[in-house]
Parts: sequence; C-alpha cells; structure tokens
Amino acid sequence: MASTEEIRSGLAEIVNEITGVPADDVQLEKSFTDDLDIDSLSMIEVVVAAEEKFGVKIPEDEVKNLATVGDAVSYIEKGQA
Amino acid sequence: MMSGSITVPASSRPTRVLGIGAYRPSRVISNEEIIKNIDSSDEWIRTRSGIESRRWATDDETVISMSVSAAQKALADAGVQPEQVGCVIVATVTHLYQTPAAAVQIAHKLGAGTAAAFDISAACAGFCYGLSLASDMVRAGTAEHVLVIGVERLSDLTDIHDRSTAFIFADGAGAAVVGAGDNDDEQGIGPVVWGSDGEHLDLIRQREEWREALFGEGGPRMPHLVMDGNPVFRWASYEMAKVAQQAVDAAGITIDELDLFVPHQANMRITDAMARSLKLPEKVAIARDIAQQGNTSAASIPLALERMLETGEATSGDLALIIGFGAGLVYAGQVIRIP
Repeated sequence: MASTEEIRSGLAEIVNEITGVPADDVQLEKSFTDDLDIDSLSMIEVVVAAEEKFGVKIPEDEVKNLATVGDAVSYIEKGQA
Repeated sequence: MMSGSITVPASSRPTRVLGIGAYRPSRVISNEEIIKNIDSSDEWIRTRSGIESRRWATDDETVISMSVSAAQKALADAGVQPEQVGCVIVATVTHLYQTPAAAVQIAHKLGAGTAAAFDISAACAGFCYGLSLASDMVRAGTAEHVLVIGVERLSDLTDIHDRSTAFIFADGAGAAVVGAGDNDDEQGIGPVVWGSDGEHLDLIRQREEWREALFGEGGPRMPHLVMDGNPVFRWASYEMAKVAQQAVDAAGITIDELDLFVPHQANMRITDAMARSLKLPEKVAIARDIAQQGNTSAASIPLALERMLETGEATSGDLALIIGFGAGLVYAGQVIRIP
C-alpha cells in the first residue's frame, strides 16, 4: 500500500502531465479548481489516470466531493485499504 | 435436390478511398452570437471545446444540396463519373423525412442513374460505418464504386438556449468515393473496429420522439438533441482511445506509422485526451477542424480530412486513423490511406 506522500506525488505527476501545472504546486491543501485552475474536463482526465495508477474506482458522483488534493489522496487511500 | 446454381463475383479484392470532398455552409456563427442565448462566454467555449466559430446552413443549404456539392467534389477528386457509382450511402441524423431516404434524391441529382441508395443512422460514427459498408461492398463485388456521404444540419435540432449543447453543434457535408485497388499492395481501407453500447443511450439523444414533440405538452416544438457532457467526455476520451488502438492493430501497423489522426470532431478536449491516451507520436498531424467548423456529427471526419488536404497537412499516400463515436452509443474506427 502506498503512503500518503507517495499518493500525493503520484497524483502530482498525473496533474502535471495532463494540465501542465508544476508537480510541486500539487500540495494537499490546494483546491483543484481555485488554486490549480483545473476544470471539470481535466478533472475527469485526472480521475481516470488516478484510477489506473492506484487501482481504485472513483465514481462520477464522488468526483465533485474531491475539492482539494488532500480529499483525493484520502479517497484513494481509503480505496486501497 | 438443388436446381440451378447461383453465380457470385469472385470476392476479396483490395479497396481504397479514391476521392474526398466537402461542403461548408456559408453562415459563420461566432461564439459572441451563441452567447446571446446562453449564460456563457467566448473564453469558456474556447477552453471547454476549442470552438472559435462554427458553420450553420442557410435555408437554401439543405441536407440534399450540401450532400450533392460535397459528393460532386469527391467524384471529381476521384476521377469517377456519377454514372459509375453503384451505391450511395448517406449517414445522417438530420434528414427530417422518415421517408424517402436522402440518398435516393442525392443519387438522382448527381446523375448516378439507378444506383442503389439508402441512409444509415449511426450518429457521429455514421461516416465510419458507411465507409465500412462501402469497403465491404466493393471488396465483395457488390458495387464498383460506392459514394459515402456524411451530412448534418444539426442547427435544426439544437436548442440555442441549452448551454451544454448550443455552442457545439453545426452543419456541413463530407463525402468519399470508395473503389477497388489495382493490386494487393493497394489495400487502402483497414478492417473496421466497431460496436454499440445501448446501455448508455441516454447520454446523447433526441429529447423526445416526434409524436411527443408535436402533440405532447408544451408542443409543437423541435425535438432537440440533449447530451450529458461529462460522461460522454470520459467515454470518448478513454474507451474510444482503446478502440482507436484496436483499429491500428487490426490494420497491421503500429501507431508510429500513422501520419494523421482524424477523430470525429466532437470537442477539441476529447481529441487532446484521446491523443494523450493513445500516446500519439508528435509527428502525427491531428485534425482540428472543429475550431472553425463546430461538431458536425457524421460530416466531421470527411470535413476534417478535406481541410487537412487543403492546408497540406495531409498528402496523398498518408495513413490516417479515423474514428467516429456518438449517440447510441455507437463507434467505428479504421485506418485509411489518403487518396
């Protein structure tokens, strides 16, 4: 099982690849929309890539609850548990 | 006891696209014009769809007239006379007659004599479905030359007050002539990878059937198209990238051997996500006709091909991966060689 930091940095790589946002900016307290300027379509791409990378399922209805990077990381952690 | 014996033509000859043509309607509709009716902005439309402007038909630019024009150009490009056409296949969802088929009138206006003619309903996958049928017909000897036309007047079925679709849909026509290759080295149309998924029919559809639109509460009104954008984006960007890869595999080539990627022009963001998902090499030119044309459903792939030929991004002999996907859900993809 991956640690919180491993998941955060894995997610940061995905965000960087899809949106060009520097991976170092993708910190737990950052809001996807307000801080990282990631729109709903890019968020779908991030979610699909995260599902593949971490072997978890993130249902469509859940995505809107993932406001911050930390929300996404803890959702993935729970999914892997 | 069998009596007599049925004779069929020797089958399985190579097929190829011989010519491509398109028709772009004359009305250029800017994002500024679209946002008069919806709560949106030019910037939002550009970033969410890549659309800068789209083409909508005038009253005179009908499904029939746009098709005839695109088909004439494709025939001229192919060096094929109208009377040599054995079958006309028209892919459309916006020919607003249940019967007769648009193809029959188009064949007649083209001077294609008594060519077989029919319409198919496969939404945004319509051109690729039609191309597959045409290739199989020529391969089997059912026809010598088949004209495939993708045509839409989606503006007729667009709710200009629906902020999730008003900026996307557009009008136009594109056509291709399919014929036989001279020898086995001239295989110009790879095997189709196609399918459907009726479980998700609600994602993109006509809002209601005609009877409801005409006689139901609030009617009469046009039965507009409705779409659930986010799930469509997800399906198109990932599931269709897998189908695209399968089409490349089915053609017996690798993705590095492609010259052009011409997906249905659904949304620039879908095109970008598919290209990323496919790990498309940078040398592959990507069709981006949607920026000036909008989403023209069955017409979008031949329209995009025509633009790439026009600008020199595509040249004769190039290998193009084409894939259509849309309402149904339905999809079809194949690799073709540019005539």
